[in-house]
This record gives sequence, C-alpha cells and structure tokens, in this order.
Amino acid sequence: MAPPENPPGAGGDVARPAEVSRRGFLTQGAAAAAGLAALAAALSPLRHLKEGDLPTAEEFLQKHYKEMTAAEKARVLGRIQEQVKKRYGVTSQVNDPPPLDGVEFVYGLNISRCIGCRKCVHACVAENNPSRAPEIQYIRVLEMEKGSIDVETANHRYDASQVPRPDKWYMPVQCHQCANPPCVKVCPVEATWQEPDGITVIDYDWCIGCRYCEAACPYWARRFNFTEPQIEPDQLNPDLAYLSNRPRQKGVMEKCTFCLHRTRVGKLPACLEVCPTGSRKFGNVLDPTSEVHYILKHKRVFILKADVGTLPRFFYYFDERGSRYHDPLEGAGQATHGEGA
Amino acid sequence: MKRYFAFLWDCFRLSFVGDWRYHLWMTALTLVALTGLYAYCQQLVHGLVTTGMTDQVSWGMYIANFTYLVGLAAAAAMLVIPVYVYRNLHLHDVVIFGELLAVSVILMCLLFVTVDLGRPDRFHHLLLRFNFPMSMLTWDVIALNGYLLLNLHICGYLIYCAYCGRRPAKKFYIPFVFVAIAWAISIHTVTAFLYVGLGGRPFWNSAIIAPRFLASAFAAGPAFIILTLQVVRRFTRHQVSDDALFTLRRIVQVALLINLFLLLCELFTEFYADTRHVASAQYLFLGLHGRNALVPWIWTAIAMNVVATTLFMLPASRALPTLNVACVLAIVGIWIEKGMGLIVPAFIPTPLGELVEYAPTLHETLICFGIWAFGLLVYTILVRVSVPVLAGQVTYAHRWGSPPPASSAAASPAFEKG
Repeated sequence: MAPPENPPGAGGDVARPAEVSRRGFLTQGAAAAAGLAALAAALSPLRHLKEGDLPTAEEFLQKHYKEMTAAEKARVLGRIQEQVKKRYGVTSQVNDPPPLDGVEFVYGLNISRCIGCRKCVHACVAENNPSRAPEIQYIRVLEMEKGSIDVETANHRYDASQVPRPDKWYMPVQCHQCANPPCVKVCPVEATWQEPDGITVIDYDWCIGCRYCEAACPYWARRFNFTEPQIEPDQLNPDLAYLSNRPRQKGVMEKCTFCLHRTRVGKLPACLEVCPTGSRKFGNVLDPTSEVHYILKHKRVFILKADVGTLPRFFYYFDERGSRYHDPLEGAGQATHGEGA
Repeated sequence: MKRYFAFLWDCFRLSFVGDWRYHLWMTALTLVALTGLYAYCQQLVHGLVTTGMTDQVSWGMYIANFTYLVGLAAAAAMLVIPVYVYRNLHLHDVVIFGELLAVSVILMCLLFVTVDLGRPDRFHHLLLRFNFPMSMLTWDVIALNGYLLLNLHICGYLIYCAYCGRRPAKKFYIPFVFVAIAWAISIHTVTAFLYVGLGGRPFWNSAIIAPRFLASAFAAGPAFIILTLQVVRRFTRHQVSDDALFTLRRIVQVALLINLFLLLCELFTEFYADTRHVASAQYLFLGLHGRNALVPWIWTAIAMNVVATTLFMLPASRALPTLNVACVLAIVGIWIEKGMGLIVPAFIPTPLGELVEYAPTLHETLICFGIWAFGLLVYTILVRVSVPVLAGQVTYAHRWGSPPPASSAAASPAFEKG
C-alpha cells in the first residue's frame, strides 16, 4: 500500500521511532500474537456448533414461501422429509395443503361447559410437534374468578386434577387468528402472514427471530424457540405440513395454526377432538349451515379484548340453559345437587 | 484514490500509537469486548436460552441498551444545532466529537439488535422481503443506518479534508449536517414508535413515550459529551473551552426539566385514573402482588434524575467537579429509566395477566459489557485519530508528499505522543 515514491523504510520510520525498531518489532509481534490467541479463545465456543446448526447452501438460498415455484416447494418438502428421517428416524409425510376456496375458519369456545381439564393443551402438544423440553404449549387455560373477566385476576397454575372448582370458570386462550393481526403488521421480513382462510401462519425458514410479533400479540399466543427444540422420536407426529407442525428450529417463532394440516383436509383441530365437554366448536363461518354460523347468530358471544381492535376469529360464548353454572341455581344449592348426581 | 488509501493506512497506524495509559485502556476494552464475543458465541451455540428472557418477558437487556443508545446517538444533533442553526461558535470545535460519538453509538445499537436476533444467519432476509412501510422495525433499520451513513460522511469528509490540507467545501457537508439534524430527531421518534404502536401493551401505547425519549436523550447525550470533552482536553492537545461545556450545560438543564415534567404527566395519568392499564406502572414503581424486582431500580433512577436536575439548576454546577457529578447522575439515571424502566415492565404482567419477572443472566450481561467496550474502543480510536489530523499534525503532504524523511519524522509529533 506504500506509494512508490516512498522508500519502504521511510513510512515505517515515521510511525516507529528508530531506537525501538527491534524491541518494538518483538513487542508488536507478541501483542499481535496475544490478540489473535485471545480472539481464537473468544470464538472457541463455536466448535460446539452441530451440523444442523449452520444453514446449508440450499437452506441459505431458500426463497420465501410465497415466492417458491411448485417445483422448488416440492424439493423443500422432500428435504424436510429427509431431515426428519435423519434426525428422528421417523418416516414422515410432509404436505403443503392449500387454503380452500370459500372457507374462512372460526373457532368458538363455550365457557359454560369448559371445565379447565387442560386436555386440549396436551392434545395440541402431541399433534403439533413443539419442543418437549422445555415444553412449548400453544393453549393457556385461565382459571377465572366468578363474576370477573379480568385476566389479571386469573390463575395460570391451578391444579388440573381438581377441576372444576367451585366459584371458578375456565377460559382457554390460544391464537385468535385475528382479521387485523398486529403480529403480521410488525414483522420486518414478512415471515408471518394471514392466509385466505383466515389462518395466520409462519414460514419457520424465513423468521429471523426478532420476537417483535411476540411483543405485539395482545393474546400472548406466540412462542419462541429459545433453544434447540427437543422431541423424542416416538413423540413425533409424522403427519406434517410446511406451514404448521413440521419440526421447528432454534431461534424461530411458532404458534397455533388451527391445525391447518388437519382442518384443510376436512378434519377437526386436535384440541377440539379431545375436549370431553364439547366446549369447542370449529368450522367455516361462510357456510350458513355450519355450527359456528349458528352459534354466532343465536348465542351470546363475546371476544377477548375487543378494545384492541384485532377482530379475532376465536370467540367465546355461553349457554342460557344446561350450563354447569346454572344447575345449582335450579336445584337447592350445592349439597342437593351433589346427592342428585 | 491512492491518497485515500494512504489516509486509511495512516489512520490505522495512528490508532496503535499512544502512551502506556492509552495502551492499557485499549487492552482492557479489547479484553472486555472479547469476553462479550465469547459469551455471544455460546449464545449462538445454545440459543437465547442463555439469556434471562422468556416467552413472558421476550425483550430484555439487549433491547433496553439499544433504546438508551439510540438516545445517546442524538447527542450529536444537540451539538450541531447551536453551531449551524444558531451560529453559536463555542461549540464549533467540538461538533466533530459529537458526530464521532454518534457513529460509535449507532454501531453499538446495531450490535445490540443483532445479538437479540434468534437467527442472525438470516439477516439477508431483511434485504429480500422488507416489510416497509408497515413494520416500524423496517423504519428503524432505515433510520439507524441512514444516520450512521450521514455521520460517517460528515466526519469522514471533514477529517479527510484536514488530512489533505484543504478547506472542506460547504456544499459537500452543510446540506448533510441539516439532514442529519432532522434525522437525529427521527431515530428517536421511530424507535419510540416501535413500542408505542403496540396496542396490546398499554404501558407503551401512550403518545408521551416519543417526547420523553427526546427529552431524556437530549439530557443524557450532551451530559455524556461534557464528560468526553474533558477527557479529550486532558489527554490530547485539542483545546476545548469551558464555554463549550457550559453551553452544553444549558442544554442539559432544559432537557432534564422537561424530562421530569413529562415523567410527572405520565405518573399522574397512570395512577390518578387508576384503570386496569396501571398494572405495569404499578409493577415498576410499587410492585405488584409481591413482585417488585424493578422497584429499587426505578426509585434509584428517579432520585438520580432529581438530584442531577437540582445540581444542574444550581449555580454550583458552574464548577466542573459538581457539573461532572451531575452529568454522571443524569447518564446513569436515564440509563436505568430508559432501559430497564421502559422495556421490561411492559411485559409484566403479560397480556394474559401472568406475572413472570426478568433478570439478566451472566451471559447476557457479559455480552452487554462487551458491546459497550467495543463501542468505547471504536470511539477512542476515532477520537485518537481525528485529533492530530484535524490539528494539521498528520497530513498527506507531511507523511507521503515531501521526500526528505527527516522533515516528515519531525513533522509528525502525533505519532510519538497521544
């Protein structure tokens, strides 16, 4: 870099007074060596990076879900299948079911019936392949004080073997699949978006893990993989979809997708199927003969935090008759009710 | 072009030259920065589980420091405005230190955001699908990088002109100076909007956040510069007049008063109305259901800010020792208030009413210290290089132009002593 008109020694002499040239050279060399050694030591934890931790060239160049051609998508689905085979030894089916025309999914939850047993929470975990250690759960069931809908008085850590407890009611919360979703708005890289059937999905291969969506969600519905997700091979559900339950990586967001790998092919969400009380209703709100359509039309319905303006597709409703809360009123109190049952 | 490379090479060489105190300081900073890098490498391997963050409190020290530093970066504007808008020439000779500070602080901001990412290997996704203008984070990416480039250009141009021994042409930097002033306001505003725009977080969803940001930044930034200028004056040949420091003192006075006033407005609104929205503020200031990790911090911050404001208002702070104490109090007080006090409580309780507290881990703390050390390292180098160059002690003519080596050695005293 020294300009030609300058003899090689001249530039150096300026910076390095002549009397320290030999000692100075040794000192500088030692300092440079120490600096490099310290840098190497600082970088040393990287040797623990596993093979799967660094993206392969193919993964690095993979396009956003919406930009992939059919052929590229097929190749990615094939690669995911291979990775699942390699990592878990499980032969899986990786699909990408498209949203159906004329379908907008909504979910209704009957708070008159829900007993807070948390069976939905565990069925959801079994279905959607989230990490088991630490366990990521999409559904949080709140034990509410009778006469209050204030979540700040809710109990998150009640004992599910003791339910339903007197003077309590139960409110499960999961992703509300909002029609005006703040999480989608804030994502800097469009890694999360709303599908035509109303389901907000995440491209786990595109998410950069900034957790802005997690801060934006008023329902605390999003979860982050703070470390490499751990799933035992025998716990893995092999019926996978790109946008829902395929195994996730470290450092990305995930959330409830209304089990789109099931619901887009005519099945019901796992949380609904397992519910012992029939509190959960799911369907196409655009179909006038659907149960959810009937409920929205005839029952007393409310949405959580209507004031935040997110227009949820998940609503709560209650029965005027036949509720476990109404029974004691019709009988002569708790004791009589107990004898009768 | 050759001359520009010679400039960079000389700057590089200069940054290694200094007395033993300089070397000790630089070695210490390098060690802390490398310790931070070590902790970050562990975070890369294990994931963000090495931090104290959870799904409940999903942003912590990284974003808190980021927020504070964005404020500090605008300090440059507070030096530039009096000089170029009001023609207050006391500050003319020190403007460059504000802008260099802005450069190093923005670098720290970018590092704090990067270490907060779960997938830094996918950073390029920002270039491929940029959710602009919907996501405020994309606005922030533009605001911060733009501010970095503006300040790099202004400082780089002025220093390079001094190196070449020619007068800077006004049209090449004055327009950028005025853009940078507006831009400095915008980096705060946009960063505040990052939080303010979230309807699900009542603690942040308040119009007063952005003005409070500006007020506290315009107090902490110039306070930091007051201290820096005294260090520069002590250890280099650069002359900084007391008048410059006292002009800055006036800026801090006003900003601190406005900051306290806005805090009062916020406290009144939250606690007098006493709606459900008060939960986070209650957690911060008084504790909620027996959880009170942040209470001692915020009251320390408020006490520091009140004492600092009082000191700044008293004539006693015309004496430098008192002024320095007041500056340190203001800097630390605002760091707690803007960092821990603004970011963490918004997550407590969660939108579903769960109370989970947050405490940074050792890893996270080491990374934060590492980034601070790196920022100080960059700033020290920038100041170290720019002082002799701006003073005309290191120029292209001296270093490479004149053939007799004896004269060039004599003309570069800067290389012998810092």
